[in-house]
Amino acid sequence: MEIWPAFMLLSKTRFRKQLGIWIIVQNYNSILTLSHLYRSSDALLVHENDAVHKICAKLMNIKQISFSDINQVLAHQLGSVFQPTYSAEGSFHYRRNPLGDLMENLVPHPEFKMLGVRNIPQMSENSLAYSTFTWAGLLKHLRQMLISNAKMEEGIDWQVRPPVSRLPTLGKMSLNKELHFNTSIANLLILRGKDVHSADLGGFKDPALYTSWLEPVNAFNVWKTQRSFNKYEKSAALVTNSQFLVKPLDKIVGKAWNMFASKAYVHQYTKFGIEEEDFLDSFTLLEQVVASYCNL
Amino acid sequence: MTQSVIVQVGQCGNQIGCCFWDLALREHAAVNQAVLIDMEEGVVNEILQGPLRDVFDSKQLITDISGSGNNWAVGHKVFGSRYQEQILEKLRKSAEHCDSLQCFFIIHSMGGGTGSGLGTYLLKVLEDEFPEVYRFVTSIYPSGEDDVITSPYNSILAMKELNEHADCVLPIDNQSLFDIISKIDLMVNSGKLGTTIKPKSLVTSSAGTFKKRQKPFDAMNNIVANLLLNLTSSARFEGSLNMDLNEISMNLVPFPQLHYLVSSLTPLYTLADVNIPPRRLDQMFSDAFSKDHQLIRADPKHSLYLACALMVRGNVQISDLRRNIERLKPSLQFVSWNQEGWKTSLCSVPPVGHSHSLLALANNTCVKPTFMELRERFMRLYKKKAHLHHYLQIEGMEESCFTEAESSLSALIQEYNQLDATKSMPVEDLPRLSIAV
Repeated sequence: MEIWPAFMLLSKTRFRKQLGIWIIVQNYNSILTLSHLYRSSDALLVHENDAVHKICAKLMNIKQISFSDINQVLAHQLGSVFQPTYSAEGSFHYRRNPLGDLMENLVPHPEFKMLGVRNIPQMSENSLAYSTFTWAGLLKHLRQMLISNAKMEEGIDWQVRPPVSRLPTLGKMSLNKELHFNTSIANLLILRGKDVHSADLGGFKDPALYTSWLEPVNAFNVWKTQRSFNKYEKSAALVTNSQFLVKPLDKIVGKAWNMFASKAYVHQYTKFGIEEEDFLDSFTLLEQVVASYCNL
Repeated sequence: MTQSVIVQVGQCGNQIGCCFWDLALREHAAVNQAVLIDMEEGVVNEILQGPLRDVFDSKQLITDISGSGNNWAVGHKVFGSRYQEQILEKLRKSAEHCDSLQCFFIIHSMGGGTGSGLGTYLLKVLEDEFPEVYRFVTSIYPSGEDDVITSPYNSILAMKELNEHADCVLPIDNQSLFDIISKIDLMVNSGKLGTTIKPKSLVTSSAGTFKKRQKPFDAMNNIVANLLLNLTSSARFEGSLNMDLNEISMNLVPFPQLHYLVSSLTPLYTLADVNIPPRRLDQMFSDAFSKDHQLIRADPKHSLYLACALMVRGNVQISDLRRNIERLKPSLQFVSWNQEGWKTSLCSVPPVGHSHSLLALANNTCVKPTFMELRERFMRLYKKKAHLHHYLQIEGMEESCFTEAESSLSALIQEYNQLDATKSMPVEDLPRLSIAV
């Protein structure tokens, strides 16, 4: 993966959402890290450990999940995005600046730079032998994963639908609402495999999926290649700049805040030069991020 | 890889330390350095004549003849100043041998004179000389029927030093160790079907055979030695989720004063089976939280957790860890701002003779009763001014030393009280920063 230090920094962050068993001060570390990255990066590609864990358990059917399994899923996610694709429809030249294109497609505003990846399909080698895929089927699931904010293709909530009208008040996301719709700023679809040109992308061009800032033609982009990826005859990756991370982020900020308000562990940080002010700055920045995404 | 320097002070400290080195060498862990200090010659001489004589050389020893007479003041004030330079020199030499010195381990008892007095004197020296190296202390607390009458004085005076200059303290008491040994004896003697003790289990001597008529102290020291071994294993071996000692301090000490960790070690003995099915593995986790397995008299399940560390060795997967934590969580109470206050480590190399083991370290208010009893015993003596003159006649000792030490302990107890008061309160989220949109 190329990193262009001059003007682009794509940081990968792993969210240890509910794996609270590993590190007690992880919430502090997360908010301090995230806020610093937010200031210094052009975009953040965020993965949630819990989601990856579920993918290993439910989709890959792994009984005793090791770090190697988790890293394989993550590698697949990255590979599905950064493996070469053609630069334009009908072209046989490969895209030469995927990172730059990614930024251009997905980060129209510097305040909104959190990206996530969703893949379909994801399954064990054994199951693969008995499965066949159509682009229609894959894209239908992926679209619903996007709008219902599902982490994987199992347990998707099909009740969630785009709002009928894009009035700001109706579209606003409440953190407490059960049935909420995941509004996108921009989406990038990457398709790899057989008959890739026959895929119907209409579902992703629906203006109801997006904020009103960009025309769907600008908010949605697609990259294609006929080369299959990682043993899947057909596979799709969705890189999304949407509200997908609001709830997890809000939870982490909440927990870190409770801890900070009790002054717990703070001395461990001040010992090394991180002052209470630094904590407060981080909290402020992230509360701003949560609020901004919430009000899309 | 990081290293530690083990400093064993006093009779108790040196006996335990001896066991530790015995076990450590069996694991081929010769990376740590040791300094042995005693103001009597007996124990150290024994070590130098025993099977470990090649492990230590005279450069690592500091001894005197007369002993501290069970007097903290003698250990701290007299021997402290007399031997400060020598001790510093040995410590510097040991530190130089380490590529990456992370921590000093001090092993001592609280109730006597040398371990208690000189041992805690060392803490201040270490803090000044090596401020960035963690100071872990394994302290043997006197039980109620301690044969040293002045042990409450020595303990309280030592506690003040531990409060102020230790990063982490693992309190242990003899009674708990004794109870654990008795339990194991019972298991062995009951002839339970399928229960046999493997030659190299927790309580056997280095000879490799389980001696039924062993001196109880040998077996008890072995337990503490195993505790230390497991504590340092993560830094010595490979593992998918290693934990350095500084991480223990970082994650388990939310407030600088509250750095006392209750420890438990399971399983206490291995069974004849080689292939342990998951049910047995789960039992190991359950036992770690039972009051019968704690190395001090404490019941963590009925008190409040500030944080808990689980250090697992052997063939255990993350999913096993996760499953057991989920299973045990409902029966444990964690402080409101640390509901998920677990820190875990996995080291793939099991201890010698076991297929897996678990060391649990709990920062839990259940340690409070030990301190309260200590204070009580102290007050009984101090009210009558019994034996006080032995201390006051030492230069630098005044009554204020005692009153300050008692205040320090009372303040500590009060902090635990305040936390306990929050135990039954409902967990509420605190109001967040509000952002203008």
